Amino acid sequence: MKLIIAYVRTESLDAIKAELDERKVHRMSVTRGKGCGVQKGYLESYRGASKVINLLSNLRIEIAVNDDFVDTTVDGIIKATRTDEIGDGKIFIIPLQDCIRIRTGERGPDAIGGESKYASGSSADD
Amino acid sequence: MEKYNNLFIGLLICSILGFYVGAEDGSAISDLDTLWVLIAAFLVFLMNLGFAMVETGFTRSKNSVNIIMKNIMTISLAALVFMVVGFSLTFGASLNGLVGDPFEFSFLSGIEADAAWPGTSVSELAFFIFQMMFAGTAATIVSGAVAERIKFIGYILFAIIIIAFIYPVIGHWIWGGGWLSELGVIDFAGSTVVHLVGGSAALAGALVLGPRIGKYADGKVNVISGHSIPFAALGGLILWFGWFGFNPGSNLAVGPEIALIAVTTNTAAAAGAVTTMLVTWLRSGKPDTAMTINGFLAGLVGITAGTAAVSPLAAALIGMVAGVLVIFSVEFFDSILKVDDPVGAISVHGVCGAWGTVAVGLFAIDGGLLYGGGAGLLFAQSVAVAASAIFVFATAFATFKAIDLAIGLRVTEHEEVTGLDINEHGMIAYPDFEVPA
Repeated sequence: MKLIIAYVRTESLDAIKAELDERKVHRMSVTRGKGCGVQKGYLESYRGASKVINLLSNLRIEIAVNDDFVDTTVDGIIKATRTDEIGDGKIFIIPLQDCIRIRTGERGPDAIGGESKYASGSSADD
Repeated sequence: MEKYNNLFIGLLICSILGFYVGAEDGSAISDLDTLWVLIAAFLVFLMNLGFAMVETGFTRSKNSVNIIMKNIMTISLAALVFMVVGFSLTFGASLNGLVGDPFEFSFLSGIEADAAWPGTSVSELAFFIFQMMFAGTAATIVSGAVAERIKFIGYILFAIIIIAFIYPVIGHWIWGGGWLSELGVIDFAGSTVVHLVGGSAALAGALVLGPRIGKYADGKVNVISGHSIPFAALGGLILWFGWFGFNPGSNLAVGPEIALIAVTTNTAAAAGAVTTMLVTWLRSGKPDTAMTINGFLAGLVGITAGTAAVSPLAAALIGMVAGVLVIFSVEFFDSILKVDDPVGAISVHGVCGAWGTVAVGLFAIDGGLLYGGGAGLLFAQSVAVAASAIFVFATAFATFKAIDLAIGLRVTEHEEVTGLDINEHGMIAYPDFEVPA
């Protein structure tokens, strides 16, 4: 089990949702964020004066997946959001110690859901 | 004290005499009528804030600065351009019933504060500022339909053209002694002159621009939600309030008849709101707030032509029809014709403006078909709708096309996706709304 955390452009959310949906990854949590990387923000003009904005709006997408879904999820995010320009974002992959579905008390790969070969199969997605 | 009392009584007598003379031959100024038209003009000015808030609320936050800027510029350009040429084209001596003499009142030549506008007892300058607000309103209707994808400079150019030439032609046809006024067309406060003009130009703009990215992706009709229903409601209700200047002010005089105009205006708006709420509730199981805002605006647009000519009950009927019409018209343009109109301006102002104008031919107490007046007025009203819609659509379409060929009408894909605010204006609407930047 892995937790995939992706920081991406705000405007790429629709494309990512569509791409992941095709890859049968139907779950994610999205939060608004502010951050900066090598692009060092942008210049905003406010009532005639210039103002350097260091932190840009971005989105933090968190997706917990079973190991056989890591590659397709990462590929899907990259395919949907990559523009080859500075500011495309980053993806982090973190090992996940455990996962518990609160409603049923299921643990591990079953609780993550989806059609993974690691899940026992009886569990319906989500 | 006595001295002041005498002065007061003297002033009172003078003003009463003033009203009397004004009513008698129309050549003298009435202070009261002038004051009323000025107050009405200020109310119509407030409608610019209404439009700004409706359009901001119904579009995405990344384009808010752009929408606000377009609305500020529309009323500002209207004030200047209408003074230079628009007013004279509308109200100058008629050239074959088609257009007013463009030089007669150009740069307000011959327009004085202390002379009465012919046929009224209102100061000429008060009449000018009232009419100028109307020209601005017609232009600002377009801004919502072309929102979220038009280049700022392209919009500015179009706004100048519609205020300088397109609006004045229809204004002259119906209000300035042109050929439609010769036909006996009744458009009291501008269902056609203002709203059908704005709506037809909005349709032309939306067609030339094409839909926003993602609106019709993958063969589906996708909803692109606005970012603030509270803003849209604030703007809608400000428009409703402003309409109390728009319609009653068009009477250009104070008298008991403005009470009827206020009541028909308010009744049609209320009937539109209730009808739209009921129809959306029945169709989708929930009363739709966004559509209900368009519902009372539709009622207001619908009553604008006949506000002084119909009974309060007929006003309710006109508003109800408009409230139903707007729902199906929005769906028709959005899903069947696939014309992307982010705020519904084509339906609210164009379709309901046409309905309101035709409705006068049905419901006018004096001359309406349902009151035994025959089909003559209904025919004249229909001619006015058809001629105005065709002329405005054609000229607006040509103008948008010309701007597109000359400098490009639409922003780049990158600018549209990342938002017009940062790309066109270098700022965003809510920089530290959630986390300080």
